[in-house]
Amino acid sequence: MLEAFGITPQALVAQLLVGLINGSFYAILSLGLAIIFGLLNVINFTHGAQYMLGAFFAWIGLTQVGNWLGMPDFSINYWVALVAAPLLVGAIGIVIERLMLKRLYHLDHLYGLLLTFGLALVIEGMFRHWYGISGESYSVPEALQGGFRLESFGLFLPKYRMWVIVASLAVCIATWYMIERTKLGNYLRAGTENPKLLQALGINVPLMITLTYGFGVALAAFAGVLAAPVFQVNPVMGSNLIIVVFAVVVIGGMGSIAGSIVTGLALGLLEGLTKVFYPEASSMVIFVVMAIVLLVRPAGLFGKEK
Amino acid sequence: MKRNTLTKAVAAIFVAAAASSSFAQKISDDVVKIGVLTDMSGTYSDLAGKGSVVAAEMAIEDYSKSKTILGKKIELISADHQNKADITANKAREWFDKEKVDVIVDLVTTSAALAAMEIGEQKNKITLNSGAASLDITRSKCTANNVHWVYDTYNLGKSREALVKAGKKSWFFVTADYAFGHNLERDTAQIVTSNGGTVVGSVRHPFPGSDFSSFLLKAQSSGAQVIGLANAGQDTINSVKQAAEFGISQKQTIVPLLTFITDVHSLGLKAAQGLSVAESFYWDLNDKTRAWSKRFYDKHKRMPSMVHAGVYSSVMNYLKAIESTKTDDTKAVMDKLKSTPIDDGLFKGNIQVNGKFSHDFYVFEVKKPNESKGPWDYYKLVATIPAAEASAPLDKSCKLVK
Repeated sequence: MLEAFGITPQALVAQLLVGLINGSFYAILSLGLAIIFGLLNVINFTHGAQYMLGAFFAWIGLTQVGNWLGMPDFSINYWVALVAAPLLVGAIGIVIERLMLKRLYHLDHLYGLLLTFGLALVIEGMFRHWYGISGESYSVPEALQGGFRLESFGLFLPKYRMWVIVASLAVCIATWYMIERTKLGNYLRAGTENPKLLQALGINVPLMITLTYGFGVALAAFAGVLAAPVFQVNPVMGSNLIIVVFAVVVIGGMGSIAGSIVTGLALGLLEGLTKVFYPEASSMVIFVVMAIVLLVRPAGLFGKEK
Repeated sequence: MKRNTLTKAVAAIFVAAAASSSFAQKISDDVVKIGVLTDMSGTYSDLAGKGSVVAAEMAIEDYSKSKTILGKKIELISADHQNKADITANKAREWFDKEKVDVIVDLVTTSAALAAMEIGEQKNKITLNSGAASLDITRSKCTANNVHWVYDTYNLGKSREALVKAGKKSWFFVTADYAFGHNLERDTAQIVTSNGGTVVGSVRHPFPGSDFSSFLLKAQSSGAQVIGLANAGQDTINSVKQAAEFGISQKQTIVPLLTFITDVHSLGLKAAQGLSVAESFYWDLNDKTRAWSKRFYDKHKRMPSMVHAGVYSSVMNYLKAIESTKTDDTKAVMDKLKSTPIDDGLFKGNIQVNGKFSHDFYVFEVKKPNESKGPWDYYKLVATIPAAEASAPLDKSCKLVK
């Protein structure tokens, strides 16, 4: 049957693998969104810009910081950036939460959405002004250059892409474990259900909310650093991706942790398959699935009806 | 008394004569207004955008320090068309009707360019197009008031003829799924097949895309010698980058069919080295291009793309045409432009009846990092395709071709 589409089983496996890589980006980004929505009830439209910030900070660290400090040989390498960039972007997120988002919790969702959307435009605009639209190249770190040639599949698999899958799955699973299986996670989930009661029991809920936002944002930046060597680092890299990621979150069920991870990976695979059989539809297929899911299960695949 | 009347009569004749001679030098609305309509913030804002405004300003200042022509002021305005045809059409209409704009330049993105050309034809105003690519602009969609200044998809396809003749016979296209990508694929495929090559397949990707690995793997498994990238800007950059990542560039030749120097700048030489690039302008071609580009760089902090050079050249030649015809009347200026050979140091050639500015085209190879002397020193000239060969033959699908 596959031959009818002019594709061998080997090539199909290769394509699925590529789909899985994109799926891991979707998973890690939608996870951050789901966490933020779960506790803050904020639809964080700045997520794409924060992903872009992660990638840009990694690039700035590698190529610019040395010159700024007057030490041309100094640079922050990929591995340090993988930790430092999310921390920095997370810290910026905390400032945003404390200064702005905090004031909107008692209002309708729409206000949070407008604020974060506006912030995304401002951040992207600044980077466009400074660095232009074409963006910058970030090369693959030395340890992960090259790849494996899988002769039986006729496929060359770059090491870096394998690393993306491993790293993002590890982070996703660790996050899931933390939220579903630890004491801290208990508080978070309790805060999602009934923040007032939790506060009455002596937990500092506002602080928890702030840190949660910072963490969700840091996840976006982490994905950004992971993406930097794969995609061109440019100011609009996030806004191209964020709409798809929102669709993933809606399909998985707003606020569902496991749901967003599984859905992210699954939709990456689905998109990969579409690229094989009908590439013209590959940017649309996720939204078709979204429409169907919303018709059948309005709360999403893993969401609970409230 | 009689004598007095005679003096008055003579004076009146002189006044009338003066008035009629100023009639010959007619500038509508007492101002020559040039509008730069371009992509200010989107995908094409580096290769056109603000740089095009800088180039137009330079042209006006170089033409006249006092920014005047035949005693009237030259003004410049600009706007963002966001690569959308409807916004372009509305802006063009507003400019021609209310803002007294005489000519619109730049017009990057084919769909936007076609929209502006249509309004220009309705309002009998001029459009000088430097940014858009499609060959249709001077074929089925041609208008009498338009010049296609810098490049078209035929030029780009034709530049690959040598490659096919050199033995790269089998091609696979990775094509952006919209009008421009389709046209570029069509015009290049035509060159490939007419030179004995074959197109073994193509894949159309959504525009804009970010991950091209699926499409590149398809291209790889097709076994074609050449993978032609019929896309532009960010899509091309990511395709080239990912082709290298998947080791495709080692066995097959990756040919980005439309590349601007701004793309190469942002890819970096490490990723872009060895690529074959077709352009009609490069800052380091000769003394004149170097001198002009240096001045452009001082103002814009980036070297000019071929679109920027085209905007400068089109504004400069438009002003010269007004000067020599002594009017900004659309037909007179267009006739002058089409009948005068152009050699302004940046482009050299002549404008054909269908509005195509026919000039030389160049094939460059991107330098290796160790060959480059510094930022923007990116290209080695490989071949010059003379104007007559580079430009599409006149075709009756354009209503101006008899």
